[in-house]
Amino acid sequence: MMTSKAADYLIYDEAAGVYRENPEQAVRDDVEKHTWRHVGMTVMKDWRLYAMLVPMLLVFLFWRYLPMYELLGCFKVPDEVKPVADQLFCGFSYFKRLLVGGDTMSAEFWRALRNTFLLSFYGLCFGFPMPIILALFFNEIRSNLVRSTCQVLTYLPKFMSTVVMTSLVTMLVKQGSLTSGMGIISQALASLGLISTETAHAGLLNNPDFFRSIYQISGIWEGAGYDSIVYFAAIIAIAPTSYEAAQIDGAGKMAQMRYVVLPSILSTIVIMLITRIGSLLNIGYEKVLLLYNTNTYVTADVVSTFAQRYGLAGTQKGLAAAAEMMNNVIGMLLVISANTIARKASDTSLY
Amino acid sequence: MKRKLETSEMIFKVISYTLLSIFALACLYPFVYAVSASISGGNAVDYGKVVLFPKDIQFEAFGRMFHDNMFWNAYSNTLFLTFYGTVWALFVAILGAYALSKKRLLFRRFFNFFLVFTMLFSAGIVPQYLNYLDTKAVFNAVGIKDDKWLVVIAMGMAAMNIILLRNAFEGVPSEIEEAAIVDGATEFQVLGKVYIPMCKSTIATVALFFAISRWNGYFWARQMISNSNEHPLQVFIRLRLEEYMDPEAMAGWNEIFSSDSVIYALIVCSIVPILIIYPFIQKYFAKGVNAGGVKE
Repeated sequence: MMTSKAADYLIYDEAAGVYRENPEQAVRDDVEKHTWRHVGMTVMKDWRLYAMLVPMLLVFLFWRYLPMYELLGCFKVPDEVKPVADQLFCGFSYFKRLLVGGDTMSAEFWRALRNTFLLSFYGLCFGFPMPIILALFFNEIRSNLVRSTCQVLTYLPKFMSTVVMTSLVTMLVKQGSLTSGMGIISQALASLGLISTETAHAGLLNNPDFFRSIYQISGIWEGAGYDSIVYFAAIIAIAPTSYEAAQIDGAGKMAQMRYVVLPSILSTIVIMLITRIGSLLNIGYEKVLLLYNTNTYVTADVVSTFAQRYGLAGTQKGLAAAAEMMNNVIGMLLVISANTIARKASDTSLY
Repeated sequence: MKRKLETSEMIFKVISYTLLSIFALACLYPFVYAVSASISGGNAVDYGKVVLFPKDIQFEAFGRMFHDNMFWNAYSNTLFLTFYGTVWALFVAILGAYALSKKRLLFRRFFNFFLVFTMLFSAGIVPQYLNYLDTKAVFNAVGIKDDKWLVVIAMGMAAMNIILLRNAFEGVPSEIEEAAIVDGATEFQVLGKVYIPMCKSTIATVALFFAISRWNGYFWARQMISNSNEHPLQVFIRLRLEEYMDPEAMAGWNEIFSSDSVIYALIVCSIVPILIIYPFIQKYFAKGVNAGGVKE
């Protein structure tokens, strides 16, 4: 390391007759601060802090970043023996086959992409407003006991695992006849005349027309109560004086909703909406995987389950990985743009 | 004017009470039905006679499950995965979040990005699967034959939780840390005696998130744990459901209870422990949701 003397820092300005800071030395210092040697010394001096970082870095490196390295397999000829680095390149052939292959595989991929988008989109249309409505209703209930009972009951389904939730759904709409264990919900729907008896007997989960509704309704059942917590917290933060002022101005209930409550929770709604739009292509594949079957691929198959079928259960690993990679890259771009918009629009960003 | 105001308010109140009660009861109904169906007689369940309350009460569906060694095995495996998985994840997350919360950490922005990027982009199921297979081979080579440890160590880390913890640590006033350092505390002591006690509730929330995701873990446990004795409860439930939904496997069913009752009994058994601890953990859950806003 260069040793610097006190004299290096000051230069004598003969014209003015005073000492000034030497700008060159400041630059030299700055460069030195950023040498690896300096980094090494800082780390050594503070080794406990950096040691704390190590387990986290290793976990993420091994099990989050190494899989990304395996994505090289999307561009390579598969080989059971060789590691992915030594396999032969085959360019974009998997991507071409998926996008413009013209065969059943490509058709299935497009169907999966479309289903992924549609499932999320319907979730946005039906699942997204529900927690807000619930929170508005919770706010109307003045009795603490009634309200917290209602809240606890609506949070409950959130505490089931995906497996238990889907098992329950499967059982409630399961196939059968009047004498052998038809699901109670199918039975109720059939006796109300909402679905035909044959459909009920065949099982709603075997019918592609019902998959999306079952997916959304079970999603609302599971998540609406829990998701309403955020909105409810925003609503109870409104000062009671705001309502009183509105009442004095002659605002009825609807007017209060419109001019007091909605503006106060608007920023929360916008943030949640943007998050939701950002994750349009990230669908919880576990739930789909547990609810779908060969009869309902038409409406239920999403990109992740497509990848699971061909890559894990089947042997087309490169192709499956390529399909999911396209989905995830588009998903990432969506998240980033949603976040940028959020930052611009409201100074609130997710990260 | 006054009168009109009251009417609109009344109408709104009535609507909210009605719709909310309907929704709350709809949330509750499947659980009640599951309990009733699990303790009702075979014919009552199969003929759809059970609507709300149990009929021809029997407890043999539960008995059958309680006599199944695999069930207890699965339960203990889940407890194992949840306990060790949460401890391991918390260990990694607390240390990492503490280091990240320090302004003096070199390359802090890079490390933060390193975390956040995993939230934006994931490699996908297939590369992850190949990666876990490699990990499994390595674990076997060093003598860890038990696939449970693979699930505990390699899975279930979430960047989001680390960021929650980091934000909590950043909120601790630096004067307290300086005071501890002046008193001669090392970095580890500062973390253990100042930061952890001061961020207890956030740590509890994060621990809860880890524990829930461990308890609920299904997909990778099913993919990676080859020995059926080591399957956790979720995998066990799903395999039983697949078996019981198969009409051919159930053709010779001849019991006083329906085969459906066994599945309902399983569902009830997996929910009950959560219901028991639910009152104690509920406040942390609500807190976690509101702490979700993350900034860099």
